[in-house]
Amino acid sequence: MSAGTVAREEVAGVVTTPTASASRGTAARAPSGRRTRDLVLRASVPVLLLTLWTVGSATGRIDEKTFPAPWSVATTFADLVTSGVLWENLVVSLGRVAVGFAIGGSLGLLLGTVAGLVRLGDQLLDPTLQMLRTIPFLAITPLLILWFGIDERPKIIIIAAASLFPLYLNTHSGVRNVDRKILEAGRAFGLRGIGLVRSVVLPEAIPSILVGLRVSLSISLLALIVAELTNAPKGLGFLMTSAQQYFQTDVLVVIVGIYALWGLSVDLLVRGIERALLPYKNLGGAR
Amino acid sequence: MTGVHAAGVVKRFGDRTVLDGFDLDIAPGEFVALLGASGTGKTTFLRILAGLEGHDGGAVEAPEQRTVVFQEPRLVAAKRVQDNVLLGMRKTRQTAKAAAGALAEVSLGGRERAWPTQLSGGEAQRVALARALVRQPELLLLDEPFAALDALTRIRMQALVAQLVHEHRPAVLLVTHDVDEAILLADRVVVLRDGRVGAEVTVPFERPRRRGVPGFGDLRRSLLAELGVVEAIGAS
Repeated sequence: MSAGTVAREEVAGVVTTPTASASRGTAARAPSGRRTRDLVLRASVPVLLLTLWTVGSATGRIDEKTFPAPWSVATTFADLVTSGVLWENLVVSLGRVAVGFAIGGSLGLLLGTVAGLVRLGDQLLDPTLQMLRTIPFLAITPLLILWFGIDERPKIIIIAAASLFPLYLNTHSGVRNVDRKILEAGRAFGLRGIGLVRSVVLPEAIPSILVGLRVSLSISLLALIVAELTNAPKGLGFLMTSAQQYFQTDVLVVIVGIYALWGLSVDLLVRGIERALLPYKNLGGAR
Repeated sequence: MTGVHAAGVVKRFGDRTVLDGFDLDIAPGEFVALLGASGTGKTTFLRILAGLEGHDGGAVEAPEQRTVVFQEPRLVAAKRVQDNVLLGMRKTRQTAKAAAGALAEVSLGGRERAWPTQLSGGEAQRVALARALVRQPELLLLDEPFAALDALTRIRMQALVAQLVHEHRPAVLLVTHDVDEAILLADRVVVLRDGRVGAEVTVPFERPRRRGVPGFGDLRRSLLAELGVVEAIGAS
């Protein structure tokens, strides 16, 4: 479900309004009999697909060379883990995303806050960023490689550029749409400048910023994949390209699975942050 | 303690002059109600006193320690009740205690950790009142703070404000279009008309006040007349 959600957000464009995950909410509130039924129904399609895959591989209907059997994928996974190869390359990839996202994400947050808050900032930054946003960031990969060579820099830059825009756009709109009346109340109680931003603007904009965070993190994964597919001496992408050269479909499937797990973890991470920062969101209230 | 001195205040929005030589003094500890039909600039005057709006002429003096209760609670949704009360103040053990005290005064003791979304409209407005009182203001500005409440909550809230103002003794400016409310709460009622003081009445009734004490109806009628309203409903 997670991969689907993430993909939809990316396609739908980057500014989305914050929504609570409704399906999870209803499932949690339903009585236990209906909850079990709900779980069974939700699990049924994945279980069916897994069964078809296993049966297909066992009977030879699915060609082992084209698409490896579940057990070979499992064995390969175990090998990659025990030999330390997977871990070694995963750490490199995680490091690239961490650095790239730290740069791009914090820039997006900063620029979005400035442009959302100050008219001059909006005039100076927004048109340019809106224009740059329309460039598919993957298209500049060859240019970046020409400019910066094949070392870490172009990879970090692609990831940074990819994660900048969703956070910028959502922070910008979140900050901009902070209720003016609440801002004014802050001013009436002596808040100015940074204090006002910290005590009123950012807390009020958090739901939007978190939407941006979610999209940014999942786009940074996409950027990582593309960045690593060219000239990476290490990383998940490197594992993929070499597996492709040697027709190791089982390794490819393992890595695709890792990417999926990565996407899922991002989703869970953002949900965790949401729960920590917006504990009031799912509370029943008097209104 | 300084109170409010405003003389000849002028305020324009574009070519529309909202305040045109408006004078008002409020003594320390005095409760003044500012009455006016909508669009007469009474809220504008309050906002000038609050420092939220500039003025184009005249002189305005108001105490540094001033706080506002708006028509809406205007709480920060992402902050707990206590942090909303302490908005813009540093949170120390002492201020936290003061916030708890202010919340207790508005009958919300123990709700410090609640979120604004968990409050009813009346409760949220009481938090806004606690937020205004915790700073021990010399001037309390009330911008139609009861207008958005239901009729029953409004009566309770008016009594609460009367009691708390009696205890804390700030100078108060209540902006309202409710004549009864003005008479019940204020020491003095000022009617704003055409950007100036249209009428000024010292309310003669003892406290606690009730609607319907002798003279209430007459005062009410005369103030309504100042506002250009004749109250007579039904066929003659």
